[in-house]
Amino acid sequence: MVVKSTNKYTLQRRKVVHRILEDRGDAAVVTGIGNAVHDVASANDDPKNMYLAGIMGGAAMVAFGVALAQPKRRILVITGDGELLAGIGSLATIGVEQPKNLSIIVIDNQAYGATGNQHTHTGRGVDLVGIAAASGFKKTALITTNAELEAELQHIHNQPGPYFAVVKVMSKTSPRINAPKDGTYVSRRFRAAVTGESA
Amino acid sequence: MATKKKTDWSKDVFKVLKNADVKQVAYVPDAGHTSLIKMAIADNAIKPVSLTSEQEGVAVLSGAWLGGEAGALLMQSSGVGNVINMLGMANECRFPLLMLVTMRGEWGEFNPWQVPMGQATEAVLEAAGVIVHRVDEPSEIAETVEAAARLAFEGGRMVAVLIGQRVVGFKDWTK
Repeated sequence: MVVKSTNKYTLQRRKVVHRILEDRGDAAVVTGIGNAVHDVASANDDPKNMYLAGIMGGAAMVAFGVALAQPKRRILVITGDGELLAGIGSLATIGVEQPKNLSIIVIDNQAYGATGNQHTHTGRGVDLVGIAAASGFKKTALITTNAELEAELQHIHNQPGPYFAVVKVMSKTSPRINAPKDGTYVSRRFRAAVTGESA
Repeated sequence: MATKKKTDWSKDVFKVLKNADVKQVAYVPDAGHTSLIKMAIADNAIKPVSLTSEQEGVAVLSGAWLGGEAGALLMQSSGVGNVINMLGMANECRFPLLMLVTMRGEWGEFNPWQVPMGQATEAVLEAAGVIVHRVDEPSEIAETVEAAARLAFEGGRMVAVLIGQRVVGFKDWTK
């Protein structure tokens, strides 16, 4: 079945996420719910991936807590626009706290992709990059092309944050994969890999 | 209807948090937590995080544990309603979670808007899988927090200490 994208953008979310993660080094990754889980897990089921497979609005703050505890490590958030909107106050909190090692990447298809592609606010005028910039994020970007993505990679991975980017992608999704679902398993695997201690 | 004699329980509770190696203190302010918040901010080994909503606190402390640190969430009972969905994550992942909740909407409450959430606090926390320790005696607050911290961090559970409004006292807007 060919599903038409419900927006005008041409980047494919899975390719975007895989490209970003190619350069992750020893970064830890926290995902939002839904497609973000599958985008990240399909690149590599790294033990330093924390898949938040069942919560709306928590990914940015979970990652911020890791960033505080692990100040020498880069922490990436890969999440969707719907998930971020559900915890939009997090941007204000993170903007105030200024964690240098936190990068938030919103894969923005302007739709609730897991529930039938209903519109989110981002296709109707809400500017997440503007909110992040106004909240005090050190560097922000709107990414709509591969060239723009390439130019941002050094900021995502290496430059002092907090960093925030929205990547506009088509609303078509790729197949789901068998990412581990059990929260106790994924979290203890993550903690052991990130802290070097057995959980 | 007097409140219990005011004792400086905050200092003892702070010592308990330090002994439990708490490194992140997330909070939405409440009058009853004023001293604890001040001590957390003044302590160089503690990272204080002020939140826009209590649900952020559950998330940031989940991250703290994932990154190898212990934390505590300070809030008022009115904020408990904001954390319920996020507790689903802590429950599924069996994250240790220590919450210190100062109660409103009960002993001598003057604001009727506080009463519904205050009266529901214990029940909704328990419905969400949180172990609740309630304390109404100032001299028992520190030891209750100590037991809750052990149960949270060693026993690997979500634990809330509800500090009764009779202990916290009334809010007097004129002072």
